[in-house]
Amino acid sequence: MANILLEMRHITKTFPGVKALDNVNFQVEEGEIHALVGENGAGKSTLMNVLSGIYPYGTYEGDIVYNGKVCKFNTIKDSEKLGIVIIHQELALVPEMTIGENMYLGNERGHRLAIDWNTTYSEADKYLKMVGLSESSKTQVKDIGTGKQQLVEIAKALAKQAKLLILDEPTSSLNEEDSRALLDLMLGFKKQGMTMIIISHKLNEVAYVADKITVVRDGATIETIDNHGTEPVSEERIIKGMVGREMTNRFPKRENVTIGDVMMEVDDWTVHHPLYPERKVVDNVSMYVRKGEVVGIYGLMGAGRTELAMSIFGHSYGVNITGKLKINGKEVHLKKSAADAIKHKIAYVTEDRKGNGLVLSQSIKVNTSLAHLDAVSSHTVIDGDKEYAVAEEYREKLKTKTPTVEQLVGNLSGGNQQKVLLAKWMFAEPDIMLLDEPTRGIDVGAKYEIYCIINDLAAAGKSVVMISSELPEVLGMSDRIYIMNEGRFVGEMKASEATQEKIMAVILQSGRGA
Amino acid sequence: MDKPVANQSNIRKADPASLLKKNAMLIILVLVYIFFTIMTNGRMFRPNSFASLINQNAYVYILGCGMLMCMLTGGNIDLSCGAFVCLLGALGGMMMVHWGMGTAISIIALLAIGVVYGCALGAIIAYVHVPPWIATLAGYLAFRGLGTAILGVSTTNSISFNNNQEFLSIFSGTLFKTPEGTLNWPCLIVGLVAAALVILLVFRNRAVRLKKGYEVDQIGMDVAKSALSAAAIILVMYKLAYSGGIPTALVWVGAVVLFYSFITSKTTIGRHFYVVGGNIEAARLSGVNTRRIMFIAYLNMAILTSIAAMTTVSRFTAANADAGKNFEMDAISACVVGGVSASGGAGTVLGMVIGATLIGVINLGMFQVNLDANYQRVVKGFVLLAAVVFDILSKKKAK
Repeated sequence: MANILLEMRHITKTFPGVKALDNVNFQVEEGEIHALVGENGAGKSTLMNVLSGIYPYGTYEGDIVYNGKVCKFNTIKDSEKLGIVIIHQELALVPEMTIGENMYLGNERGHRLAIDWNTTYSEADKYLKMVGLSESSKTQVKDIGTGKQQLVEIAKALAKQAKLLILDEPTSSLNEEDSRALLDLMLGFKKQGMTMIIISHKLNEVAYVADKITVVRDGATIETIDNHGTEPVSEERIIKGMVGREMTNRFPKRENVTIGDVMMEVDDWTVHHPLYPERKVVDNVSMYVRKGEVVGIYGLMGAGRTELAMSIFGHSYGVNITGKLKINGKEVHLKKSAADAIKHKIAYVTEDRKGNGLVLSQSIKVNTSLAHLDAVSSHTVIDGDKEYAVAEEYREKLKTKTPTVEQLVGNLSGGNQQKVLLAKWMFAEPDIMLLDEPTRGIDVGAKYEIYCIINDLAAAGKSVVMISSELPEVLGMSDRIYIMNEGRFVGEMKASEATQEKIMAVILQSGRGA
Repeated sequence: MDKPVANQSNIRKADPASLLKKNAMLIILVLVYIFFTIMTNGRMFRPNSFASLINQNAYVYILGCGMLMCMLTGGNIDLSCGAFVCLLGALGGMMMVHWGMGTAISIIALLAIGVVYGCALGAIIAYVHVPPWIATLAGYLAFRGLGTAILGVSTTNSISFNNNQEFLSIFSGTLFKTPEGTLNWPCLIVGLVAAALVILLVFRNRAVRLKKGYEVDQIGMDVAKSALSAAAIILVMYKLAYSGGIPTALVWVGAVVLFYSFITSKTTIGRHFYVVGGNIEAARLSGVNTRRIMFIAYLNMAILTSIAAMTTVSRFTAANADAGKNFEMDAISACVVGGVSASGGAGTVLGMVIGATLIGVINLGMFQVNLDANYQRVVKGFVLLAAVVFDILSKKKAK
C-alpha cells in the first residue's frame, strides 16, 4: 500500500443558500494520477479551490491532511509553498510577455529590487525542456499556440517545485494530437514520482491516464473506481456514476428521417486570414446540406471549421473570400453582415457562447429575442409582453432550468446558457443552422437534451451543419460526415459507413500527403 | 422539482432588502435634501431653490442623456462636449448679435453644426476605430481655443444676448409668468395632470399584466410607488408655481429625459445600445450593426450638446470663454453616481436623472451654507468616489 499523500476529510462548504460540498472524503496516494469526474456544478472545482487555499481555512468544515499533517491554508501561496499547484482551465498567461516572464510572474527570480533575467531565462529553459518544448523562453506567449501555452502553464507549475499538480480541464482547448501529447507527458511525470489530480469531462482521456477515478455528484463523492486492470474502465461505467443511472443511449434515435432537396450549397469556398491575408484558412471547400439532414463536420481544432462556418455566415470572418454560396439553388451574396445572413435564414450558433454568443449581463429574455428583435416589436418599439411570452415559450420548449426568464444569463450553468443560445437562434427561424461545437463544456445530461433539440430541428425540415471535434458525437448524430483538415475537406462519408478508425485514417493520410 | 415559480403565483413578494438597495440613491437624495434644508433653516426648501436646481442643472440632464448613450456602448465617453458648448455659444453670439441673423435660423444653424460635428466624430470613432476618448480629446483641446478666438471680436471676450429676448425666453424664460410668491395656476395644473398620468400608467400596466397572467407586484407596492411619484411631482410643481411659473429649461429637460427614457427602455435601437455594451461580438453576430450604433451614439451626443449650449448661453445671457467648462465631467459624474456602468451595457435614464439631481442638490446646498468653493470641489470628488464604491460593494454583496 502506497503512502497517502493527501486526504481531505469530511469537507463541507456552504455558499449562501447552497451546500456546494457535503461531507466529502477524498484520498490521493503518492505517485498516482487521480481523476475527478462529475457533471458541471457537481463540486469538483469547489473541492480543488478548498484544497489550494482559494477558499481559506475557516470558510469550510473538515480537515485537509497533506503529508500526514493537518493544513490550514489562508491563501494560494500557502498551498504552493507545500508543493500543491493548481493549473486552471482558463489559461492565465499574459500574451504580450515572454514565456520566461510568465513562468516567474509573482515568483520572480533574483534580488528583491531587481529581477535577475539570466537566472529567469536559463531556469525557464530548463523547465521548458522537461515538458518537451523547444521554444526559447524569450518567445512571446502570443506567438505560440494554445497547446504549447498549456505546456508553458505546466512548466510554470514545475518551476514552483510542484509535488501535487492539479490540472483543471487541461485538454479542453487542445486538439486531439496535443491532448494525447499532454496525457503522455503526465504519464512521464508519474514515472518520476509526481502526484497529479486531473479534472476532465473527456472520459476517454480519464480512462487512458488515471489510476483512480473519483466520481463527484451533487457535492458528494459517490465512488472511487480503480483503473489498474488490463482493460481501461469503460466510459459507460463512469457515466453511470456521474448521472446516477445507466445511460443506455448517449445519442437519441432519430425517427421518421425524411431528407429533402439540397438547401444550401457551397462551391470552391476559400477564405484568407484577416491579419495575414496571404494565409488560406479555408481552402477550396465544397459542400452541401439537404433539408432535414444533419451534416457533421469533423476536424481538429484549428482545422478551419469555425472559420468556414463564420465566413458563410455573412462573411463574419476572414478576407478575400471567394466561392459560390447557393441557397435553394439560387446564388446569394452575403457580403455585408451577419444581419444579411439572418435575413437569408442562416444561423450560426457559436462555439464560444461567453465570448461572442451571449450577453451575460442581460436577461434570458433579452438574449432570446436579440437576433430577431423585429418579430417582437412594431415600428421599432419593443412589445415587452410579447418578448416575455416568447422567452417563456422557449424556456419551456428547451427545458431551461431557471426561476424566471428575467434571470441574467451570466448566472446560469453552461448547459442552460447553451440552451439560451440555441433558443436565440431557433427564434430567428432559420432554415440552415450552423452549430459550432454545440455541446462544448456541458455535462452528459445536458448534452443529451441538446442532441434531442438537434434531432427535432432536423425533423422540422431544417438543415443542420454540426461542427464537432468529438468523434463519437459526430458519428452518433450525423447523417453524413465531412472531414476537415488544415483548411481543406479531405473526406466525406455516410454516417452508416463511418467509423472512428476510418475517419482518423483519412486525416492521417491527408497529413502525409500535404 | 425545478418548476418555474413565475407561473405558480402572479404576485411578486416585496423584499425589503432588495427594495432598499434598488432605491438607495433615491433615498440618499431625499436624506441629503433634508440635511441641507435643516442646515439652511429651510432655505433649501423654498420655491427659489427648486427653480435654481432646474435652471442650474438643465445642461447636466441634457448632456447626461447623451453621455449615457455613449457609456452604454462600452464605457465610452465624450470629453469634447464642454468645449463644444463654448464654441457653439461663440458661434451663436456671432450669428445672432454680430451678424444679425434671425433667432430661428440661428438655432437651426447651431443644431446643424452639431450634426456636422457629430457625423465627423461618429465616423472617426465608428469607422476609423479611433478610441473615443482620444477622438474627443482633440475637440476638448481645439474647441475652446476656437471659441475664445471667435469671442475675441469683443474686447471683453464675451458676447451679450441681452438684446435678443426672443432667444432668451425660448431657453431660459418662464412660461405663464406670474410674480414670485403668488400661486401660478398653470404650473400647478401641469403638475396635477402629470401626477394623474403617472398613477394611470402604473395601474393600466398592472391591469394589462394581470390580464395576461404575468407577474405583478403586491398591490401595496404599486399604490406606494405611484403615490410617492405623484406626490414628488406635485411637490416640485407646487414649489415652482410660487417661483413664478414653469421654467422653459424644465420643458427642454423634461422633453429630452422622457424621449431618451423611451428610446432606451422600449425601442429596438435602445436595446442595441445595451447589447453592444454588454458583448459587442455577440451583438455583431446577432445581426446588430455595431458600427452604426457607435456612430449614432456620438452623433446624438453632439446634437444634445447643441441644445445644452443654447440653454447655457441663454442662462448666462452671454457667450463667454468659460462657458461649458467641466460640463463633460459633470455629465459623466451624473451617469456614474446614477449607477451607469463604467464598462457599458447597464444604466438607465432615470438613474442618471437621480444622480444628476443628487449632485445638483449637494452643489446648491454647499453654496447656500457658504462652503468655500475649493472645499465644494473636495466634497464633489469624494461624493463621486463614494457613489462608485457603494455601487460596487452593493453588487458584490448581491452575489
